[in-house]
Parts: sequence; C-alpha cells; structure tokens
Amino acid sequence: MEEKKLAIIATKGSLDWAYPPFILGSTAAALGYEVEIFFTFYGLQLLRKKLALEVTPLGNPGMPMPMGMDKWFPVIGATLPGMQALMTSMMKKKMASKGVASIEELRDLSLEADVRMIACQMTVDLFDMDTADFIDGVEYAGAARFFEFAGEADICLYI
Amino acid sequence: MADFDQELDASGLNCPLPILRAKKTLAGMEAEQVLHIIATDPGSVKDFEAFAKQTGNELMESKEDGGKFHFLIKKA
Repeated sequence: MEEKKLAIIATKGSLDWAYPPFILGSTAAALGYEVEIFFTFYGLQLLRKKLALEVTPLGNPGMPMPMGMDKWFPVIGATLPGMQALMTSMMKKKMASKGVASIEELRDLSLEADVRMIACQMTVDLFDMDTADFIDGVEYAGAARFFEFAGEADICLYI
Repeated sequence: MADFDQELDASGLNCPLPILRAKKTLAGMEAEQVLHIIATDPGSVKDFEAFAKQTGNELMESKEDGGKFHFLIKKA
C-alpha cells in the first residue's frame, strides 16, 4: 500500500489556531501518512523555539468567556487591558486540566514522527525574522516547493 | 480480557495523545504482540477503531469498564 500524503498550510499564529496543524499532522503521521506543513505569514510564530502564543476574545464571538463576560460586556470587555493575557492563561490552565497536550508537546511529537516543516522564506524576509529563533530541522522555501509535495497529496488543508 | 504483552495507560489524556502514545508503543513491539490501552477520552472509542482500520493493526477488543475504556490491539 503506497503511503498517503497530507499537505497543510498553516497561516495563523494564535494559541487556539496552533492546534489544528499539529494535531492533524501528528495524527496523520501516526496513521502512516507522509506529512508536510508549510508555515506562512503568522503561522511562522508556531516555529519559534520559545513559543509565546496567545488567544484573544477580540473579534471572536464564538469564544466562551468566564462569568458570562461576553454577554454583559460584548466587544468592549474583550478590549480591556490585560484581557488577552488573562484569557490565554485561563485557556492554558483549562487545557492542562483536560489533558490536552501543549503545542510544544504536539510539535515535538510531530517532528519525532518525521512531519516535515517548511517555513515561507518570503515571510521571513517580509517581517525581518531571525531564523536562529526557529526550531532546528525547518526547511526554508517558497510556493513552488509547497506544490512539489501538495500536487501529489491525497489531502490538502489550508488552516 | 485476553492476554497482552504490554500495557499503556493513557488515562486523563485527550485527543490525539492516546493514539500518538499507542503508535509509539506499538513501534517498539514485535508483530503479533498485543497492546492493552486504557483511556478515559470517550472519543478514543471511535479513534482506535479508525486507527486499527487505517494502520492494519487488529483491534481485538474494545470495552468500557467503570468509566474507563480498554482496547486490545494486535500489532500487524
């Protein structure tokens, strides 16, 4: 049986949106898929050695908030100073209490399972990012490199 | 429950950790050996069925007992 292939484009750099690429990538690898994730724009934040990912309730009406804050103070409550840090810390605590893996753990498991990670060179240049801040084993390339793998992929996801 | 060669306690872990741990444990086992997995994630019932189907490892048994889920997987 030929190995199936999964190609993912990760474009988002928040804590909540960091989960889908790593959950799906690591699980697909466990199922025998060959996996590549192409990180572009804000998705590059997911490749930093030291992750500083946050969640924000701003512009996100679907995010449950404690004590019905979203109902009493819609929008304006989310703009209060410190709200993002507070929500991030609450989210991390909740995840740990429910046995949800950290992004660091899922990323390590993905790398261990030979999930290939490609960083968009254009984004690195655009934001003057220092590749020394990124984890080892990342390949730097462009759109054509993505299609080399994605063109043969059975599943292709844009996240 | 039938005999098994190794046991993996994935209690308290959420998706996709039980599957990832099981895969890792199976990788260190011999063909035909049986792994007993204990999990508390209700989603793991369907997930281990799907895991077995897609990896060719046989799901010999799947049952719930006192709020815990038990799986026996034979390595292909």
